[in-house]
Amino acid sequence: MAKHDLKIDIRTSPYIRKAPTVAQIMRNVVYALLPLVIYSVYHFGISALALILVTTLSCILTEHFFCTMSGKKSTILDASAVISGLLLAMTLPPGFPLWMGAVAGFTAIAMGKTLFGGLGFNIFNPALVGRAFVQAAFPVSITTWTPALAVDRFSEFIPSTLALPFMHPLPTAEWSARVAIDGFTGATPLALMKFQGIMTNSYDLFMGNIAGSTGETSTLLILVCGAYLIFKKMLDWRIPAAVIFGTAVSAELFYLLDPLKYPTPAFMLLSGGLMFAAMFMASDMVASPVTPLGIFIFGCLVGFLTVIIRLFGGLTEAVMYAILFGNAATPIIETYTQPRIYGARKKNQDKS
Amino acid sequence: MSTPENQVPELPSSTKLIMTLATVAMISGLLVVMVYEFTKPIIAENQRLATERAIFKVLPLAKKRLTYVVDQDKLVLADDKTVGELIYAGYDKHNNLVGVAINAAAQGYQDIVKILYGYNQDNSCIIGFDVLKSTETPGFGTKITTDEGFLANFKCLDAQLNMPQSALANAITTVRHGTKKHAWQIDAISGSTITSNAVGRMLNKSAQKLLPVVVKNLDLLKQGQQ
Amino acid sequence: MTQANKKETPLTLDVFTAGIWKENPVFVMMLGLCPVLAVTNSVLNSLAMGIASIFVLVCSNALVSALRNFIPKQVRITTYIIIIATFVTLVDYIIQAVSLDLYNRLGAFIQLIVVNCLILGRAEAYASKNSFTKSVVSALGMGLGFTLALVMLGGVRELLGAGQLLGYQVFSTQFEPWVVMILPPGGFIVLGCWLLLINYLEQRKTSKLILRDKAASHGQLPSESFS
Repeated sequence: MAKHDLKIDIRTSPYIRKAPTVAQIMRNVVYALLPLVIYSVYHFGISALALILVTTLSCILTEHFFCTMSGKKSTILDASAVISGLLLAMTLPPGFPLWMGAVAGFTAIAMGKTLFGGLGFNIFNPALVGRAFVQAAFPVSITTWTPALAVDRFSEFIPSTLALPFMHPLPTAEWSARVAIDGFTGATPLALMKFQGIMTNSYDLFMGNIAGSTGETSTLLILVCGAYLIFKKMLDWRIPAAVIFGTAVSAELFYLLDPLKYPTPAFMLLSGGLMFAAMFMASDMVASPVTPLGIFIFGCLVGFLTVIIRLFGGLTEAVMYAILFGNAATPIIETYTQPRIYGARKKNQDKS
Repeated sequence: MSTPENQVPELPSSTKLIMTLATVAMISGLLVVMVYEFTKPIIAENQRLATERAIFKVLPLAKKRLTYVVDQDKLVLADDKTVGELIYAGYDKHNNLVGVAINAAAQGYQDIVKILYGYNQDNSCIIGFDVLKSTETPGFGTKITTDEGFLANFKCLDAQLNMPQSALANAITTVRHGTKKHAWQIDAISGSTITSNAVGRMLNKSAQKLLPVVVKNLDLLKQGQQ
Repeated sequence: MTQANKKETPLTLDVFTAGIWKENPVFVMMLGLCPVLAVTNSVLNSLAMGIASIFVLVCSNALVSALRNFIPKQVRITTYIIIIATFVTLVDYIIQAVSLDLYNRLGAFIQLIVVNCLILGRAEAYASKNSFTKSVVSALGMGLGFTLALVMLGGVRELLGAGQLLGYQVFSTQFEPWVVMILPPGGFIVLGCWLLLINYLEQRKTSKLILRDKAASHGQLPSESFS
């Protein structure tokens, strides 16, 4: 890029000598996601692997296609499409039919990203747009969970994975019953809580011995991977912290109201995709606020909405909608949380 | 618009304005009345057919039907246009009463769901229903008419009255999928719980109120057209 | 737009075809989007809605055009609304007489044709200034364009949302329906996709024309590839 080093660059502080490029940041996010990918493949077998490959490939191809169509240089090399694909796969059930995964990848990039002008202009987190679309389009497939750690998971696909394009996936109930280790119910902890009033042990939730989406199961691993990004300064720790804080406080409120009816805050934090979403989804650099107060408001909003939708909504997985809503609210949050410019009068504040 | 800015049109006298409006209104009124008169019998016939189709669907043995309106605790022979709570008695070829069809409605997921359900007086069962109006989510709420497990509830949903014949012996309730224990419980469809619950609620409400009246007037209903 | 008093432009085929494609009420003018999004979850519903709109559009434009020299400017909007409401009421009765099923499926959207801005817009912008024949022909074109747009939306939505077209199973019974397409969001998504496609084609056509003009002035052949 830099043709000669003697160029004098006049700018205000901070004088960072080398800001990481977009591609560098994205590559680091991919590294952080890899342990989760490997763990999910270990957990769910080749079906998860195939799903991850399909969504990622679909995202990359879609990005390339739209870049070519609009006559831009293809942006697939900055790895942001790879991240969207990986994140998307992590939020889908492991037995999700591959063709639906491809549809999700296409919508994620087409409707969530290129429509707004590509990376840096997207209002919403692309992966969540993709998931929201398939959630609305294929409500049955996306709530069909299969057991983890099946014996034949490395040699046999989950029956629903290999559905022919546009065709109905094969039922998985029988397969699940056959391969399941004792006590597997086929429902996620959230669904158990909502429809049957059963609480799952917090330790199981923390370690990931549960059914669920491909990458959301082990809270421990998510925290470790997130910590790596925070250490590398490629993730603003305040965003996950604010989301977790918002969820915990809202859940605690309801728990105090009626401990018998509402789940504990620990359950709320550890179940479903909350941890994963807080770490990797809410912290989307483009679609979340940058001002400290804005981040706090954003996190609390996402956490509160998650709790409300989980407890009172018809769908169990609420974090996705909560973050999409938070993304939508980001511009307005940022407008009202602009820091005061040093020396500026209060009157001028609004104009900036 | 079309009026040039530099030339403000002169305001015509109000008589002219009123005359214009009156003329247009008269033409319009004439047209509406003509079409209304022409379509009225056809619409009425359509409505009758729709009602009968629904009645014969929930009472498969019925070939004829009579309409009654509920008046306090009595039933009075009426026609379809009567305002009030209507119940339809279905008869087979030999004028034997084969069941009663009753309207019920409750708030569903999006809007009010209206159904017509059939009641068999011989075994005191609700034996089926037909959705008259529903705007439920396709693929979820609409499953109440297609889900076999759900429809199996209505082979014979117990609607027996209590001893003084003032209400149901056991309230009809919707229970979570897979936990049905009694004949008066409805096994909900997993994934469309809200609509399943609405069906349970509307059946309970309507049956609690109207079935005692039906049972009290069973002799009248059995007489039928004779 | 031609002024009423000025000499009328002759009736050409263009008056009729403009509404179907070049000035398509939905895809180009973006008028009357409420029914476009609400009732197009199947081809049959779209078709019924389209035909109802054609009827109202043609009849009201005919009447407005016939009365255009008698209606004082000050009460013209009121008069147009009365005329439109009359025909909507007629359609309402007629559809009830034809099929109660259809009437229930279209719901309130038949009555809502009254407030469809396409119809009032055409009455004000075209029928009130043009001769009877031209108004009717133009209204017919506009109505057909509206119906075309509705059917284009309804076709995609029914095909993906139910695997059917006009109630016939197109794919095998194993087809997995895309539920979202029947729901309101599907209307927005499909409309957006059609607009994207149509605008893209339109843009390509114009840039091709520009290229050709340039090439003609330089005496070269237009190159097929351009960015």
